[in-house]
Amino acid sequence: MSEMSMNTAGGVEGATAQPQLREVPAVRMEAVYKHYGDFTALNEVDLKVAKGEKIVVCGPSGSGKSTLIRCINHIEKHDEGLIYVNGIELDNQRKNIDAVRRDTGMVFQSFNLFPHMTVLENCTLAPMTANGMSEAEAKDLAMHFLTKVRIPDQAEKFPGQLSGGQQQRVAIARALCMRPKIMLFDEPTSALDPEMVKEVLETMKKLAEEGITMLCVTHEMGFAREVADRIVFMNEGKVVEQAAPQEFFSNPKSERARTFLDQIIH
Amino acid sequence: MSHFSPTAAVNYFFNYFLMKGVLVTIGLTVAAVVGGLILGMGIALLRMSSNPVLSGAARLYIWFFRGTPLLIQLVVIYSGLPQLGIKFSVITCALVGLILNEAAYLAEIVRSGFMAVSAGQREAAWALSLSPWVTFRRVTLPQAFRLMIPPLGNSINSLLKATSLASVISVEELMRRSDMLMQEHFQILEVYAAATAYYLILTSVWDAIQRRLEKHFGRSSAAKSRRVVARAPVVQASVEARA
Ligand SMILES: Nc1ncnc2c1ncn2[C@@H]1O[C@H](COP(=O)(O)OP(=O)(O)OP(=O)(O)O)[C@@H](O)[C@H]1O
Ligand SMILES: [Mg+2]
Repeated sequence: MSEMSMNTAGGVEGATAQPQLREVPAVRMEAVYKHYGDFTALNEVDLKVAKGEKIVVCGPSGSGKSTLIRCINHIEKHDEGLIYVNGIELDNQRKNIDAVRRDTGMVFQSFNLFPHMTVLENCTLAPMTANGMSEAEAKDLAMHFLTKVRIPDQAEKFPGQLSGGQQQRVAIARALCMRPKIMLFDEPTSALDPEMVKEVLETMKKLAEEGITMLCVTHEMGFAREVADRIVFMNEGKVVEQAAPQEFFSNPKSERARTFLDQIIH
Repeated sequence: MSHFSPTAAVNYFFNYFLMKGVLVTIGLTVAAVVGGLILGMGIALLRMSSNPVLSGAARLYIWFFRGTPLLIQLVVIYSGLPQLGIKFSVITCALVGLILNEAAYLAEIVRSGFMAVSAGQREAAWALSLSPWVTFRRVTLPQAFRLMIPPLGNSINSLLKATSLASVISVEELMRRSDMLMQEHFQILEVYAAATAYYLILTSVWDAIQRRLEKHFGRSSAAKSRRVVARAPVVQASVEARA
């Protein structure tokens, strides 16, 4: 029942790419609630993300976008409902949480690089300690991804010596070093000076082209138009509307989405 | 006696008996720091625990030892506990008192150091699948430790001086031996000038060590470490005077 309603309400059929729906979805949320005291941050959220799909989550401040994305890798624990990531249920079992975190990479608004480690150490720590990779292997891997985000020459520097845009690209490389299947971005460019937004978005576009599943909270509507298969619009803890970017931008169904778009486009 | 004799002061400074008192002062300080750090970390862990009984017990401990004078604690351990049949040697009494007291201060320093490491650091570690141990050892501890150095330094400075209170329970450290010399020769200013000089030397040496530690552990945040490092709130120094 819930799957059916999601497929119709979800407007997936309008999305450009519709990767194998019969496969286990990358993310499946069913009637998820999250409360902070009396406040309901997620209010009966249903969401299904197919493997390889690129989702942009948007909505007004406080609508629950961060909460939604943080529940997917259990940085925030949902109170009710079901969350499956690549078929693994996020219940309270340690091994399931670990498995889900191994499948997901996360990029934060405030980068959250480890300030006391070099760029290279930031990237090699998890592969070495969590995956038991040798130092040499981990360094190769890190350099591979640092090259990909176009900052291999900064490997020996500390995060504090880099610009915001460079730091965020390191954060992306660091997450990629764990070879996640799903990347979660929470407003990756909103802490950046305008001239650095582009370099980070370019990096994310390149990543999107490689078929990784992406969920990205952002207000960069140009990026959403270009990259997203589907826009998920949230308001007051609910998923109010989901549609392909084309449809969402030209013909938003809800009044709330319309006023929201008016505000951010002007 | 209506004059001050610099020669006598210099002689007291090089007095072998007094020098041994200096060594005792250093020994007490080092032992109390090491013991206090170990105990203090344990108390800080309890204090940060989500179990209300454990954190309540830790809070009670800190409240008690920071809220009462070290002098009373020492006297109670030295002359009060024997009344209950608990008896330690003088030096043990001093160490127990200093460690128990110092642990309360250090626990608060350790705790505020950890609290000052932003939640985002832990979240990033979780998102990267780092184990709790690696997260602690490689992510939180080094950052917390860097924030702890200044208040830790202050606390050790005041501990160094607070060891003089052990003289009251007849531990023959620098203060006690100064008193003994003074009572023997009645050259009050001269003896205490020598003792003062020693305390100043000890605290200055510690200051220098602290500065080097700060530099050493702060090296990576050199240059323009914006956002991530420099914003961490200054850890509340616990420099309240004891005694
Ligand atoms: N730890 C918390 N404790 C209490 N309330 C919280 C907590 N985290 C989030 N909230 C509340 O939950 C609501 C949703 O927060 P969330 O961060 O998910 O919003 P958001 O859509 O990401 O907003 P923004 O665009 O400002 O980042 C907000 O009203 C916020 O105040
Ligand atoms: Mg947010």
